[in-house]
Amino acid sequence: MINDNAKTILSVRNLHASVEGTEILRGLNFEVKAGEIHAIMGLNGSGKSTFSKVLAGHPDYEVTAGEIIFQGQDLLALEPHERANAGIFLAFQYPLEIPGVSNRDFLRVAYNAHRKARGEEEIDVFDFDDLVEERSEIVKMDVSFLDRSVNEGFSGGEKKRNEILQMALLQPTLSILDETDSGLDIDALKTVSGGVNQLSTADNATVLITHYQRLLNYVVPDYVHVMCGGHIIKTGGKELALELESRGYDWLTAQEAVV
Amino acid sequence: MTKSISTTNVSASAVNRATYLKHLLTQASAAADESTLPLKALRDQAIATVSDHTFPSGRDEEWRFTDLSDMLSLPFQRAAKGTDAHQLAFSAVQSDYQLASLNGHYRSSDSKTLKQAGVVVAPLSELLQSPDYTQKLEAIVSSRLAQLQGAEEVFTALNTAGFTDVMVVWLAADQVIEEPVCVVRESEGEAIAHLRTLVIAERHAKLTLVESFSGTGEATRCNTSVTEIWLAEGAQVNHVRLQDESAETFHIAKTAVDQAANSRYQCTAIDLGAKLSRHHLEVYQSGPQTDTHMYGLSALGDRQLADTHSLLTLIHPHSSATQIQKNIVDDKAHAVFNGKVFVAQTAQLTDAAQLNRNLMLSNKARIDTKPELDIVADNVKCAHGATVSQLQPDEVFYLQSRGISAEQAQRLLLYGFAMEIVEKISIESLRQSLSDRLTEWAQ
Repeated sequence: MINDNAKTILSVRNLHASVEGTEILRGLNFEVKAGEIHAIMGLNGSGKSTFSKVLAGHPDYEVTAGEIIFQGQDLLALEPHERANAGIFLAFQYPLEIPGVSNRDFLRVAYNAHRKARGEEEIDVFDFDDLVEERSEIVKMDVSFLDRSVNEGFSGGEKKRNEILQMALLQPTLSILDETDSGLDIDALKTVSGGVNQLSTADNATVLITHYQRLLNYVVPDYVHVMCGGHIIKTGGKELALELESRGYDWLTAQEAVV
Repeated sequence: MTKSISTTNVSASAVNRATYLKHLLTQASAAADESTLPLKALRDQAIATVSDHTFPSGRDEEWRFTDLSDMLSLPFQRAAKGTDAHQLAFSAVQSDYQLASLNGHYRSSDSKTLKQAGVVVAPLSELLQSPDYTQKLEAIVSSRLAQLQGAEEVFTALNTAGFTDVMVVWLAADQVIEEPVCVVRESEGEAIAHLRTLVIAERHAKLTLVESFSGTGEATRCNTSVTEIWLAEGAQVNHVRLQDESAETFHIAKTAVDQAANSRYQCTAIDLGAKLSRHHLEVYQSGPQTDTHMYGLSALGDRQLADTHSLLTLIHPHSSATQIQKNIVDDKAHAVFNGKVFVAQTAQLTDAAQLNRNLMLSNKARIDTKPELDIVADNVKCAHGATVSQLQPDEVFYLQSRGISAEQAQRLLLYGFAMEIVEKISIESLRQSLSDRLTEWAQ
């Protein structure tokens, strides 16, 4: 939902970032306002996933130039957990398995970390159980998954649902969904998309990182960006995704090469 | 020149080891003489066995990674009864069956015994005085005490030569005890004590055994412990072993198990305490279709050493076995795992899996892992694996990205690693207590 008067949530200017000395992001500019859904598309190696990890603060990625302002704060000055508590959420392409830690405990610890950061009291176990079971319905996740170890033995679809459940609990201001559609069958895709749509409000924003147009049939973006060579080379509306689907990326990347 | 000096040192230490073992044996015999147990033949045999040994050194394959030489300068005396009047209780488990001892001496005031037709939970010293100690029961005990394979191992024999009492648990056929039987072992003062437990589950009997080892004070001490467990056909024993000895303790223990046909044995051994601890877990088979589960967790810091040596000998067909040993080492701690599995030609259709996972929290910590699978049978399924790793940065980052600080993330991961073993324990109050203890440990 585009509203020109909405406040800016994220502002990325001239961002350069490297991993192990190789520069991946090269002068990325990107802006997100409240209420908007953005899709970032592009070929493998274009820097999409790197961008999502830089936003979340992954220690392997070094920002060499530029700035990221999140709700008026210098995001790069924050530790990863501080970014999360400030309202950034990254849904992982490959969510990690944490054997021995129950999903329920993990979610409660994370939820309470957010509350503590906001100066609120920690929620007790029983109130949390009610809350998490209610939120599980958003992604149609069976509550038995709460008592299993985090993501351990979950199928690809279950892992992604679990990511959206975390999002539903933590209620971030900016959600970045990194290839959330990969490895999902059509039913799981519908469930996950339904969850994302349900959580999308006028006060928050979503960035979808994806290879394929398929997800965008279910979560309709306000903007579609094409990333290549570490920055955005074209921005359009949702129809750009359809055009990419039919024409591929060559016509754009060829232009980029000329530039 | 250098060579001759080193030769002199070696022989001096060899003499020292021989003298030292003699000293320990003298102390053990003296302790045996003070006890009232009429076990002279058994003791004499054990004394003869120990006399044939020397005190282990790093040259013995079995002791390659676990150096006992620090003991040589510690002339332990046999443990006195102990003066501490405080109550010996195992707060983590409430049970109507408890056998408590301080320094190996039975404490009736802190115990809850049971002597009836089908169930005995009592020290041998008390049983001998009891009218319930029938000839039949006496025959059962004497045919099992110190009769398991491996009795000739030096510390096992030393224990037999010197234990002051035997905690006896006997269940007649078809007897089932729902509540756990707790054997509480506490120690104080500078001394050596030999702790002995005998558990006999007759046909289709079923029980849970919880052994706890702990100590008070900073004194240097040594405990040897031998627990023999006999499972008759179809019997089930769920064994939890909690070693949380005080910081200057040498804890050298053996659990020896005999499994008859269709029996099920599970051991969950948690090692948190002691300066140096060694647990030999030996499981022998006397019938087919046995089911064996061996779980272990050592969480160590400072300069602690914990050594788990297991031996599973399968000689009958259609058996299954699972082993998971996990070690966490911080600071300059050292964990040793040697897991032997022997599958004889006669043990066809065995299904066995062994896994050893190690987590290193410090680059000065040390892990020695040695899985030893000796499989002669050709139609079996046997898997094994050993891993040594550090906390995975990606796992820490995943938790951080959910608002959890790096320190808290590390604690959560450690806890998770450890809880996989703790969760094998069926007693909820004990799981909770260990979970709290591990949370504290991870701080």
